[in-house]
This record gives sequence, structure tokens and C-alpha cells, in this order.
Amino acid sequence: MPNYYQPEIETMPYEELRALQNERFLKQVQHVWDNVPYYRAKMEEKGLTPDDIQSIDDLHKLPFLKKDDLREAYPYGLLGTPLSECVRIQSTSGTTGKRVVAFYTQNDVDLWEDCCARAIVAAGGTKEDVVHVAYGYGLFTGGAGLHGGSHKVGCLTLPMSSGNTDRQLMFMADLGSTILCCTPSYAAYLAESIHERGLQDQIHLKAGIFGAEAWSEDMRHDIENKLGIKAYDIYGLTETSGPGVAFECCEQSGMHINEDHFIAEIIDPDTGEVLPEGSKGELVFTAITKQAFPLLRYRTRDICVLSRAKCSCGRTHVKMSKPMGRSDDMLIIRGVNVFPSQIETVLLQQGYPANYQIIVDRVNNTDTFEIMVEMTPDIFSDSLAKITAAEKELVGALKSMLGISAKVKLVAPKSITRSEGKAVRVIDKRKI
Amino acid sequence: MNIHQITVFLENRAGQLAEITRLLADNHIDIRAISIAETTDYGLARMIVDDSYKASSILLAHGNILSMTPVWAVEVPDRPNGLAELLGILAENHVDVEYMYALFTQKPGSAYMILRISDEPRFLSTLGDRKIKLITKEELGLK
Repeated sequence: MPNYYQPEIETMPYEELRALQNERFLKQVQHVWDNVPYYRAKMEEKGLTPDDIQSIDDLHKLPFLKKDDLREAYPYGLLGTPLSECVRIQSTSGTTGKRVVAFYTQNDVDLWEDCCARAIVAAGGTKEDVVHVAYGYGLFTGGAGLHGGSHKVGCLTLPMSSGNTDRQLMFMADLGSTILCCTPSYAAYLAESIHERGLQDQIHLKAGIFGAEAWSEDMRHDIENKLGIKAYDIYGLTETSGPGVAFECCEQSGMHINEDHFIAEIIDPDTGEVLPEGSKGELVFTAITKQAFPLLRYRTRDICVLSRAKCSCGRTHVKMSKPMGRSDDMLIIRGVNVFPSQIETVLLQQGYPANYQIIVDRVNNTDTFEIMVEMTPDIFSDSLAKITAAEKELVGALKSMLGISAKVKLVAPKSITRSEGKAVRVIDKRKI
Repeated sequence: MNIHQITVFLENRAGQLAEITRLLADNHIDIRAISIAETTDYGLARMIVDDSYKASSILLAHGNILSMTPVWAVEVPDRPNGLAELLGILAENHVDVEYMYALFTQKPGSAYMILRISDEPRFLSTLGDRKIKLITKEELGLK
């Protein structure tokens, strides 16, 4: 029996949902026009006024917002309400360039927490659960979002934040954590640590809600097997509130987008043209309920596919596939597109930990491509010949996945930093 | 009859071997033989220590990757042709030696060698009436 946090919304018939979206969308366009001069100027540039936007069908006419706009408008340029109405600021992890700051009214926080609560309930959470939040707390939205969602469901909430593995495991065992929320790479690290310390019998997790990083199906199986849990994906961006924009249900095949709050589109990242359902392209969100930071047509840079196929869980909201990689995570090496998630898939298939670092450089006008991979006890041997054979096999598997050769460098176990917020997977030293 | 070799993964960075030997020293472990095999990116330290169980527990606890491998210690006459004779016997019997290195310990007139043999049954049958003398853990004072 599937569980819902807000059944009337989560299973709302499509026509009703569409009507709700339409009503909220038109109000939001007016709100933005009246209160966000930055976006109003963009509309005027295209010769648009709110009168040109009569329904959702006119959404495609509106200008896009990109990450660059957020940097340009930093800090207050996209604010939709007076600061006196705002109660919270969160910020991106800032792995690239200037941080983005997002503002929330109390109502925005409430709606965001509702979205996270839906994800927790979909993962089987009830008020009997102990939710172990090991996302970073602070400016990062991961901790705050799941923490708030957990409160709404009535779960006992453990605000662990990230780091201090010994303390994580002690509380997990002593306080009987049942649902773990963190980044997938940190979940994999905790799973390894539990096995190393032989604590499997003392851990009572049943589910995990992992997001904020791209992760593969192989990584999901690895975490599920090691922790004996169901691992659910959750999606979100600081720009659109944080985690909970979309979440996985019991089907674990795509994430339901909370369409009562966000309208999703898929566009061709090169031309900006809207693509039909089922096409692979860049995900674009229009927030239709957020007041303080009301982004219209925000380009996420995430490449995925949307599907309205009927879901056995009963939810009617559209599903997005796991992002195949952010368009700006994609590396172009020697002219070939490389997504870090492809490398992760190969590593897991070959029995290596999904903890790696890619180093790209340019020497004599040619790209160098090196992947640091951690040695594992299974592959280690007293025989150099055996290790180099395993290494060769890995290099071959990478080449067939990526289409170009990478140099593999085996490094000591755990020498690649485990992420507590987001993992730094790519070091691009090229100066182009 | 065989003895345990510990093989430790060495990342290619300055001071890694120093850290490992310091760790063993701080725990009063005596290294009786060591041999390094390396590639351009990483290396292996193969070691015979006086207490292999204790040494491996300590190395593992400090995050090292290692493997324990059975190897053989043999006595070789310390004179010209000593090693050639031994390897000649093995070759005649088609026993492949994967790698070998010397123990620090020796006795007057003899040297001790560590041999890694993949085909152990063949090696043992070769020993029989030949002039190869195995050295036991006890003779070497290993735990």
C-alpha cells in the first residue's frame, strides 16, 4: 500500500492538477512582473507583458533564467518580496564560481518542507521512524530541507549533519536510526565503515533518501546491498528551494516532480526549443508558489527525460529520470563528451569503490585524462602481474564506455576525500 | 612449513615507506626481509616480519591494503654457484619462481632466500631427495 503525505495533491487527476498549475502560474507571472525588475526587464526585452501570457500554453514565450543571471543579480536582484517578509537564506555549495543565495518567506519554507515530507513518506517514513539527517547543515539546503520534512511527518529527527563517522555510527546504532538522509557518496562511505567495524547487526536502517549528487543504478544496488535498505533518490536545487523538488516512490524508477509547485519543461540545450514528452534534454523549472525567490523558466543544466506514464504508486505527478549528468558536469576531453557518472558505472561494475577523481589537463595541446581510483582488498595481490592485469581490464572497460583512453592511477584506500557536502569529482586544470 | 609474507600497497608518494616502517618500529615489530616491486604509479612492499599477525592487524588498522601470501624460506650455500644450483634444480623440475629476495638473517656459510612459488605441490615433490633445505618459521624465530 503506497503512502502519501498529501494524498489529495499527490494523486490529483491530471486535468485538475493542470488547472491548479495554470491558476498559480498566471498569478506568479504577475507577481514577478510587479516585484522583480530584473525579470521584468527580460520580459520587456522580448516585448512581453503579463497580458501576453494567457495560460500555461504561453509558458514557452517567457525568457529563461540561467545560473549567470543568478550571479549577475546577486544578492537581491531576483528577490520577489521585501526582505522583511523573508525568514531564511540558503546558498549553493558553490563548487563553481560565486555562490547563489536563495530567500524564503515562512510560507516558502513550509511548502518546501511539505515537499521533503512527501519524499520521506514515499520512502516509507511514518511518525515511528528515526530520521538520521547526515546532510550538511548550514547554508546547504540538504540538511535544512530533510530536517524540516522529517518534523512535518512527525519522525524523530537526528540532526547529525555530516562528518565524524564514529559519532554517526554510534548514534545510528544506539538511537536506532531507520531512515538515512545524505549524499549517495557519503552513504557509500558510511556503508563501508559499518562493514569495516563489523556493525551490521547493530544498524537498523530500512531506507535511505540520497540526493544532491548524480549517482548511478549500480551505486544504488551497491548501497542497498551493503546497508540492507531501499535507497531512494531525491532531487532539487537551491535555486528552486532545495531537495524535494522531485522524489522517488516505491517504484524507484524516476522521481515524481511536485507539480503543484513546479512546472517542468525539457528543452534542447542548444536552441532553447521546448521538446515533446519523452525527449532527452535540459530540465527547466518554473516555480509557481515560491514568493521570495520566484524563478521562472530556470535552466537547471540537468539532462533528463520526463514521463507521464501511469505509476503504480498512484501518484499523478510527472516523473523525471535520474539526471544523466549536468550539462556543465560534462567534460569535453579530446573532443569527446564524458560524464563522470559513466566512470562511476564502470568502476562499480569492475569492483572498485565509486570514489574517484578525474584530473584533466592539457599538455602540448593535447588533453590528458587521468582517473584516480582507490585500490581495494579484492583486487590487491602480492603479484604485480595480477594487479596490472586488473588495471588493464579497468582501462579497457573505461575505454569501451567512454570512447577515449584514460590513464588509471591506483591510489591508497580512502585517500580520495569522501564528500560530506558534494564530492569534488573533477579537477580540470586546462586553461582554455 | 611455509612462512607468511605481508604485501603492502604503496602509493607513489614520498615518505610512504617511511610511514609504514615507522609504524612497525613503534610497535616493536622486526622486519626480517623486505623487497620492493614498483611500477611508475605505485609499488608493493613484500615483507617478512617476526610477528606477521600483529603486523598485519596494525597495518590494516591504519588503513593500509595488504595481502598475506605463503612463501618459502630456503638455505643456499654462500659460495659461487650456490643460487645457480638451487634454481637449476627447480628449472629441471619445471617449478617457476615468481619472485625471490634475501632474508637479512643468515648463518656462517649459508644465505637464506625467500621464494614465491605458484605451483606448490610440484615444488614440494621436487624437494624430496634433492639438496634444497627448507628453513622453518621456528628456525627463523618467527611467530
